Amino acid sequence: MTTFPLYLCPLIPLGAALLQVLLQGRGRAQGIVGVVATGLLMICGIALVGYVKANGTVVLDVGGWTAPVGVRLQADMLSALMVAITGVIGFCGALHSLPEAAASEVRRGYHVVYQFLLFGVCGSFLTNDLFNLYVWFEVMLLSSFVLLSMGRKKDQLEGAVKYVVLNIVASMVFLIGAGLVYATLGTLNFSDIAHRVAEGQGGAAGIRLAAVFLLLAFSVKAGLFPLYAWLPSSYHTPNHTVSAVFAGLLTKVGVYALIRTFGAAFAVEDGFVLPVLWVVSLLTMVTGVLGAASQFHIRKILSFHIISQIGYMTFGLALGTAGAIAAAIFYVIHHILVKTNLFFAASAIDRIGGGEDLKKTGGLYSKAPWLAALFLIPALSLGGIPPFSGFWAKLALLREILGVDAWVAATIALVVGIFTLFSMTKIWAEAFWKDRPEDAAPVRRIHAGHVVPMVLLAAGTVVLSVYPTYLFELAQIAAHDLLTPPAR
Amino acid sequence: MEILIILLTGFLFGCGIYLMLRRSLARMLIGILFLGQAGNLAIFVAPGLGPGFSAIIPEGESYLPAGYPDPLPQALILTAIVIGFGVIAFAIVLLKQAHLRLQVDDLDRMTHTDS
Repeated sequence: MTTFPLYLCPLIPLGAALLQVLLQGRGRAQGIVGVVATGLLMICGIALVGYVKANGTVVLDVGGWTAPVGVRLQADMLSALMVAITGVIGFCGALHSLPEAAASEVRRGYHVVYQFLLFGVCGSFLTNDLFNLYVWFEVMLLSSFVLLSMGRKKDQLEGAVKYVVLNIVASMVFLIGAGLVYATLGTLNFSDIAHRVAEGQGGAAGIRLAAVFLLLAFSVKAGLFPLYAWLPSSYHTPNHTVSAVFAGLLTKVGVYALIRTFGAAFAVEDGFVLPVLWVVSLLTMVTGVLGAASQFHIRKILSFHIISQIGYMTFGLALGTAGAIAAAIFYVIHHILVKTNLFFAASAIDRIGGGEDLKKTGGLYSKAPWLAALFLIPALSLGGIPPFSGFWAKLALLREILGVDAWVAATIALVVGIFTLFSMTKIWAEAFWKDRPEDAAPVRRIHAGHVVPMVLLAAGTVVLSVYPTYLFELAQIAAHDLLTPPAR
Repeated sequence: MEILIILLTGFLFGCGIYLMLRRSLARMLIGILFLGQAGNLAIFVAPGLGPGFSAIIPEGESYLPAGYPDPLPQALILTAIVIGFGVIAFAIVLLKQAHLRLQVDDLDRMTHTDS
């Protein structure tokens, strides 16, 4: 029986990167290779979701060594969904970078590093081994370091210093955590960890110590409450495509790692991780949204909103039930689409309106009504207005929260939702409604490459809003796959 | 021997964290280096150390004599060290560039991108 060619998912971006290296000096051709490759990745990811839905988990033992010793790539429904969304965002980002990436950045290998980033992200989603997760994380992080500092502007370098240092420390903590897991359990394979923890091997103390390190490391990557300072200081500095792809994908890799580790592998170890995550998630929601309310720079507002929304996703994980994890997975997918789209909208506002400082722009409603419409779809969805996908995500999560009678948490989640809407209306009122200031920069033309990805993502959000049940079904399969690790 | 390496790991962690908490870019970099090495050593010592003679399979046997630690963590740190080199190399270049462009060595003065 032939199975799904799982190796294609990481190999497409890798191959594209190598091809682009050969095309060095021909920026246009590199860009087109990038768009084609990410398009293929998107098709491959969506096909993978279909295949996994029909046939169950796909496994690929790299080099012929079987798990738990060998390096195993495994796509259960969660991995498949994440790979598919990586393809979608990668494709939109590649389109968007055609007009957005500066010639100097392209000369320094922008398109190549972008493909390496996707290579790392795909690998992180597909691997079934804690140490290999670390390796893929490093591939992804090093690419993201390069993309972030590529423009060499002062702000970019400063943002990159914060981003790089904190992420290196987090990686080191992750590595020690992985070492401790191996020392206590003698395995690094996620399903194997789950089985051994369930059998009570290794002793509670060792497992808890390892869990602390992993929780700390993934919390930094995901941007949870006290550890998110690097995110709003760096995400608004690079070019808009990079911001958008980071905002959509990179923090979600942290969330994915949290779900994978504490939803499944250490699921039975219910001592302290989930209660800690419970409190931290609520604090993340609140502090993120308050940070956003105080800002007037569009991308800074949006960066703080990433943090706040991450709180919702990890709260789903903190509840720990299959339904809550399914809601969290739905939330992740919805948020990746919406947040990337909002950053693209910020890019368009910047280009058309001549700046990202809301105080210095305005009157865009009459200049570009289509942009206003394209901004409204993700903005209302993020705020959780009824017909949009954000509403379904929040509804599913709230139902789970009320299922355990956590009234305080439900109230906080609702109030944070209102504040989110408030900052979205702030962007709307300042950029679109307000009269244009006298000294505002002149309106510039916009490239089709800026618009097409926004339209695609907005269409995706609309489809998700009208037919949420389909994704919910997939999310429930994903949560089920996650909580029942395959037999050894 | 294990106790010594554990103490050394702790010492490196201490130095690394102390250096990272200083506000100078260069000290922070050395702090990262120390932390990285401490992390590698922690994995190295995690499964326990061997009996202290070379790991050669005796004639007529097909396994190493008992008492040898698991070789996998050593393979892991080999990977981690290589990755660490790459990351540190990038960090050195980045911090140097940042220092040249921003003309500051004091982290407390790098607050333009914060809010």
